[in-house]
Amino acid sequence: MALDILVENFQKKDASAFEQLYKMYSENILGVINTIVKNEGRSQEICQDVFIKIWNSSDSYNASKGRFFTWILNIARNAAIDEIRSKSHKNDKKNFSADYFVGMLQQSDEDNIDVDSKGLKNLIRNLKEKCVQIIELIYFRGYTQKEAAEELDIPVGTVKTRNRNCISQIRVQMKTK
Amino acid sequence: MDVNDYIASGILELYVAGVLSEKENLEVNGYANQFPEIKEEIIAIEASILELSRRSTNAEPYPFSKLMDTLSDQKEIKVLPLKEKQTEWTKYLGWAASLLFALGLFWTYNQNEALKSELEVVSKQNSLLEEQIADSDTSLEKTRTLLNTIREKDVSVIDLAGQDVSPESYAKVYWNRAQETVFIDAKGLPRPPDGFVYQVWSLKLSPTLTPTSIGLLDTFEEDENKIFKLTNSNSSEGFGITLEPSGGSDSPNLEQLFTLGVVSNS
Repeated sequence: MALDILVENFQKKDASAFEQLYKMYSENILGVINTIVKNEGRSQEICQDVFIKIWNSSDSYNASKGRFFTWILNIARNAAIDEIRSKSHKNDKKNFSADYFVGMLQQSDEDNIDVDSKGLKNLIRNLKEKCVQIIELIYFRGYTQKEAAEELDIPVGTVKTRNRNCISQIRVQMKTK
Repeated sequence: MDVNDYIASGILELYVAGVLSEKENLEVNGYANQFPEIKEEIIAIEASILELSRRSTNAEPYPFSKLMDTLSDQKEIKVLPLKEKQTEWTKYLGWAASLLFALGLFWTYNQNEALKSELEVVSKQNSLLEEQIADSDTSLEKTRTLLNTIREKDVSVIDLAGQDVSPESYAKVYWNRAQETVFIDAKGLPRPPDGFVYQVWSLKLSPTLTPTSIGLLDTFEEDENKIFKLTNSNSSEGFGITLEPSGGSDSPNLEQLFTLGVVSNS
């Protein structure tokens, strides 16, 4: 309920409501952008642009069509994908592949001490590659069921259930910690 | 609806990802408002994605104050209204330009089609003219050859005068003895009636009048010049032209003798 009121005030251009929402979601949005852009400095700039954008177009959010976080997630995803398609990354093809989490799984623990200060590896350590792949495509790249099925070469019907199983594993891991 | 089945289907996970259709989003939202279990499940799924994304970077976002500074800068220079106006204007300009372009393209296409058909007409006229020139050339060449032939040194010219049947008729014979050819100029003869043809005779006068046929003018109708080439190996002393039934006769019908002339001794 609190979230609903916060979002309502935000849509009335209440700056303090905006600040609270920023504190709730900016770190997550930065993380989403970073899985795509793979450059933390650039991700910070894009993250700021995304929040400026949602402030300027707050009217276009409609609660009956989805969660508030989902709305920002979509905007952030598009901004980050635009970024890697733009000139600055033209020659850097590896940015196009959705391999952030797979890469993280493949790194040895020693490598991770420096680069994984927030414990991403710990959260996904029990997930199989096919799990982190499907999660990355659907949440961080915005693939639809059909697109994900084509990309992973699995039946469309499998996408929904596999994705649910993988998310459940993250939820279990969150509880055990 | 079985709530547990609905949850187990995995549709809520896609709802949180924002990858469902607008219709599906409205449907999920409707059930979430109706069934608290569904709403709780959505929040739990969202929490897992929040946790995953939060851990996906080692960096921290800019402080909120930096964001507000940028926003107030934007307000001062009034970027927004200007931007909106500009996009409107450029949008219409784009449409106008593409419309103009399409019209231009259409016009050019029509011009091109018109030119194509004009070109076709002209090239047809051209080939007609070319044919005419070729015909004239051939005709000129023929006339030249003819003229050269009858002008040659060895050629004798014999005038054939009109006879009783047709006193106003006349003809000329150009005889090249060396080449044994005669050219009959029959311009002064009337058109032969249907079923009849002019026949040319070489005449021996002494000791007795002996006619020898040297040919028929059977292309009289078609030949415009009315000049006919025949072969004559006789030592002729005169030439006569008679009108004979089609196909010619063995001996001349003297009642239909049109023209007659004698070779002068030289």
